[in-house]
Amino acid sequence: MEKEKMIHELKVFAAEIRLETLKIIASLGSGHVGGSMSIADALAVLYGAVMNVDPNDPLKKDRDWCVLSKGHAGPAMYATLGLKGYYPIEEAYTLNRFGSSFPSHTDHLMTKGIDLTTGSLGQGISEAVGAALGNRMQGIDSHVFVIIGDGEADEGQVWEAAQFAAHYKLDHLICLVDANGRQLDGSVDEVMSHGKGIGAKFDAFGWKVIDVRDGNDVGQIYDAITEAYQITGQPVVLILNTVKGKGAYFAEETGEHSSKPSAEVMSEAIRRLEADLENIRKEVR
Amino acid sequence: MNYTLIGKHEKDARDCRDGYANAMLKIMSENDRVLHIDCDLAGCVNATKIKKAYPDRFINAGIAEANAMSMSCGLAATGMIPFMHTFGVFAGRRMFDQAFLSAGYSNWPVHVVGTDPGVTAAINGATHMPFEDGGLYRIVPNAVVLDPCDYAQAYSLTEKLVDCKSLSYMRLIRRGFKTVYADGSDFEIGKGVVLKEGNDATVIASGIMIDNALKAYELLETEDIHVRVIDMFTWKPLDEQLVLKAAEETGAIVSAENHFVGSGLGSAIANLLAERKPTVQEYIGIHNRYGQVGAQEELEKEYGLTAEDIAAAVRKAIERKKM
Ligand SMILES: Cc1ncc(C[n+]2csc(CCOP(=O)(O)OP(=O)(O)O)c2C)c(N)n1
Ligand SMILES: [Mg+2]
Repeated sequence: MEKEKMIHELKVFAAEIRLETLKIIASLGSGHVGGSMSIADALAVLYGAVMNVDPNDPLKKDRDWCVLSKGHAGPAMYATLGLKGYYPIEEAYTLNRFGSSFPSHTDHLMTKGIDLTTGSLGQGISEAVGAALGNRMQGIDSHVFVIIGDGEADEGQVWEAAQFAAHYKLDHLICLVDANGRQLDGSVDEVMSHGKGIGAKFDAFGWKVIDVRDGNDVGQIYDAITEAYQITGQPVVLILNTVKGKGAYFAEETGEHSSKPSAEVMSEAIRRLEADLENIRKEVR
Repeated sequence: MNYTLIGKHEKDARDCRDGYANAMLKIMSENDRVLHIDCDLAGCVNATKIKKAYPDRFINAGIAEANAMSMSCGLAATGMIPFMHTFGVFAGRRMFDQAFLSAGYSNWPVHVVGTDPGVTAAINGATHMPFEDGGLYRIVPNAVVLDPCDYAQAYSLTEKLVDCKSLSYMRLIRRGFKTVYADGSDFEIGKGVVLKEGNDATVIASGIMIDNALKAYELLETEDIHVRVIDMFTWKPLDEQLVLKAAEETGAIVSAENHFVGSGLGSAIANLLAERKPTVQEYIGIHNRYGQVGAQEELEKEYGLTAEDIAAAVRKAIERKKM
């Protein structure tokens, strides 16, 4: 019963993140809707139930870290941190404006709660590996989460990081692959396929691989992380099978990487997300 | 070289990147060894039309720039003529060792196209705003470095690159540009263009700074200051004669670039002048800073790239030459 209640809360949180993500992007009128919406559920689980973080002490030594290696999904991160209380969410409605603290790609010098700067795909996972190693060397018992894209996994650097993390047995490093099946120019299979699959690659590199059948299901993500916490001696990767654009109907339909919908379409999408949130709030009890 | 100057400071409704993409369609129809390689950013350079017209000569290498660069060298070794594209930040920093050794040192003609030079990256922000890309390629011996200003120039230079026998790098604006030249204008790699005559000082510019330099020219004319304006779209090899002549005849140089001044066009000019004809020089460009998000116009102000900034630098240079 306890868990059911928690899962329901996470669903609500995910719906709130989706709504705020789109509102943040709508404040500018365009942005990376697709890759932001697909990770809303993962962020809800991480910041809603799993991670040891304190919005009032964002740099506390024993915190869990989260690195958004696919930094272009910044708006989802900004929504999550705002809802979590790092700053008033309205501040994020300055996305990409001159002088804003909320740039297109996540930047630890600009935004409260961002652990490491990303934007050049492939670099975030290496940075996360270093953070996991550094924390372990200092005897800090915390986890480092890193979120990468399935297009990002084209980068050689991702596999250099994977090799390193397995070699140093970084079992407090958990990588979440947002396997939404699409990158910028089209589907992953069309642009640059992954042989036997990204999971198989990580497996070959010595990682524990957990396949999350529905990567937009907070319950399944939560269970996978619980399982990951039990693994020792090797890093863990969760393959989240997600839908790019999930919840923003115009982007979900096309699978497009970035979006510039008309003002009417944007308002309609926001209206639908508000309705979704209401419905989820009413569920169970 | 045969060009028509328009220079009315009007926003071009077209995409500058189409100057590249459309020229590619032409040269690919004439030469079946020419191909386009992309790093999951074909949509950003309108290369989707290349893919459609020549599916066999469009290669998507995925988000893996280092491999794409060295792989292109292998293609070149077999006689293919690869044009490869990614954002300027990655074209420079993320595959530089590959560009330097696999292409530069090994002497394979690969034509690298880096989009969103400097502040034209606008809301993509710091991580996507290259102030150093041209400078990186400048330090590769024998590389050709180009910074075109508009559709017509990008089109012409792309055509010319087919015959270029060394590694080249072209900074390609996607949007956010003013029409400087009429369509059909023809340029020669390595030859600057004198756009305005004058003997009080010389503004040597390229890329988006051309339109700002032409505006500065008009502004200064009202003050009875007559500046020469040169479009130096080839940073390397530099048109040394034209620079030396301007130094000789005007005695004061203002370089204007949408790039870090410590390694770009201004440096190329200063390197030459320090050795051959020491001349007063003011630098318009990025000074020791990173990029940030914002609209292009706001960023041009923030980094001191506007016509007013150029005009002020000209006044200062003229003062200095009197000293
Ligand atoms: C090194 C590097 N190359 C290219 C890009 C440009 N870029 C940004 S997002 C993207 C596609 C990413 O696809 P994926 O990792 O699958 O992200 P998602 O589908 O989750 O949005 C590309 C090519 C970049 N940011 N970094
Ligand atoms: Mg993807």
